[in-house]
Amino acid sequence: MNLARRSIQPAVPRDTTFTSLLEKVHALGREVIAPNSDEVDRDARFPREAFEALKAEKLLSAYVPAEFGGLGLSIGEVAKLCETLGQYCASTAMIYAMHQIQVACIVHHGLATPFFRDYVREIVTQQHLVASATTEMGIGGDVRSSICAVKVVDNYFMLEKQAPVISYGAYADAILVTCRRSEEATRNDQVLVLVRQDDCTLKQLSVWDTLGFRGTCSPGFEVKSIGKSEQIFPVPYGEIHAQTQHPVAHILWASLWLGLAGDAMNRARQMVRNEARKTPGTTPISATRLAEADLVFTDFRALVFATLAEYERLLDENDAEAFSHFGFAVRVNNLKLCASQMVLEVVTRAMVICGIQGYRNDSKLTLGRHLRDAMGASLMVNNDRILAQNATMHVGLREAS
Amino acid sequence: MHSDAIRQILAEHGRLLVDAQKLSDEADLYEAGLTSLSTVNVMLALEEHFDVEFQDQMLGRKTFGSIRALGDAIAQLKPATPPAAQPLQELRA
Repeated sequence: MNLARRSIQPAVPRDTTFTSLLEKVHALGREVIAPNSDEVDRDARFPREAFEALKAEKLLSAYVPAEFGGLGLSIGEVAKLCETLGQYCASTAMIYAMHQIQVACIVHHGLATPFFRDYVREIVTQQHLVASATTEMGIGGDVRSSICAVKVVDNYFMLEKQAPVISYGAYADAILVTCRRSEEATRNDQVLVLVRQDDCTLKQLSVWDTLGFRGTCSPGFEVKSIGKSEQIFPVPYGEIHAQTQHPVAHILWASLWLGLAGDAMNRARQMVRNEARKTPGTTPISATRLAEADLVFTDFRALVFATLAEYERLLDENDAEAFSHFGFAVRVNNLKLCASQMVLEVVTRAMVICGIQGYRNDSKLTLGRHLRDAMGASLMVNNDRILAQNATMHVGLREAS
Repeated sequence: MHSDAIRQILAEHGRLLVDAQKLSDEADLYEAGLTSLSTVNVMLALEEHFDVEFQDQMLGRKTFGSIRALGDAIAQLKPATPPAAQPLQELRA
């Protein structure tokens, strides 16, 4: 692992360049992503226009270090991109976030080997989209256990997995798949394998027809793949999970929920202004509700930033052991638990402010999709399971932190 | 080192997927099926048995990585000789 490099070697002088990149993403949001977002949601279809545009701006390699040709952004900057996309289409933002989580796994844990160094260059030149298959049928949602095992013969591997969910699986160029290290390994002695779409057959097992995040196209798949054994990550999945997948996932998800909530706040704000115009000189009651909703939104933002700041500090310190500490794992879980509830609370408050205009599907201030997407935050990777993990860790912890 | 006692506690509380009695002192306990959540039960049993208290910063992968690592952690928490009794005058002061 070489985490420290990320903060030492920014691709470009920060501020001005990142600000202009952010403006570009806002422009994509307004001109490409938002105009297609209704159809993406209604038809539960992949946001292809959004991803064509993101690829054209080389944004799929945003987290690839500059020395490999990527934009070399920090996790904080990638989080800001997720938040920005979340304002326009939560499904697009979710796919983008999940892709960046996989890229972070490769960048943090793969670059010691020639295969993964070449692969990150491929992400840059081909703008590959990378998906993830961590859960497995028969395991429940415990990503730290696998039934399937990778078989290695000579320099080749063979892998079969029944995955209940693979988001954008049918549209990805590669899938990072967890599995047992070998047929003899215990269920949590796992490795991560990069499976290329070209070397793999995907049999769709179910349909993705949900209330929200419909455009993520996340049905179940049977994955069968044969490839080179160099596609197996050089470190155990347990390490990858603790140091990258778990914290980066929760930080980027919370960031896109923040964007979703921010757009709901903007709609509520618009409603309050409309009402204020009708009654000059009197502050409408909805303005008080907006001020209250902003308290939740401010807390939400602060929580995301606090977790992000701690994670970036740990990356800078490059102390692999620190990521496995219970205190850190609990705080990362707390981010998911709190942010997933706050996004729903902000959207619900915005709905009350917008009234029937928020409730209607055909108004400019509609919040129906926001509400449906926001519900998913606590249900996708179920909060109860995370709370149960925290409960167990709290038995071991002595001091509040 | 207290390998045998640790091995026994792992067998009872570690929810391992292999026979704890057959584990070497260096074997990777996570590969043997220990999870970060089952470490809590192992920790509680070790604290009870050895009369020690694990510090929060020890609750990580390294401490629970092997029987040897656990033995080292316990040795660090439990000095070989008990601290000398304090003179009464000091206590009164």
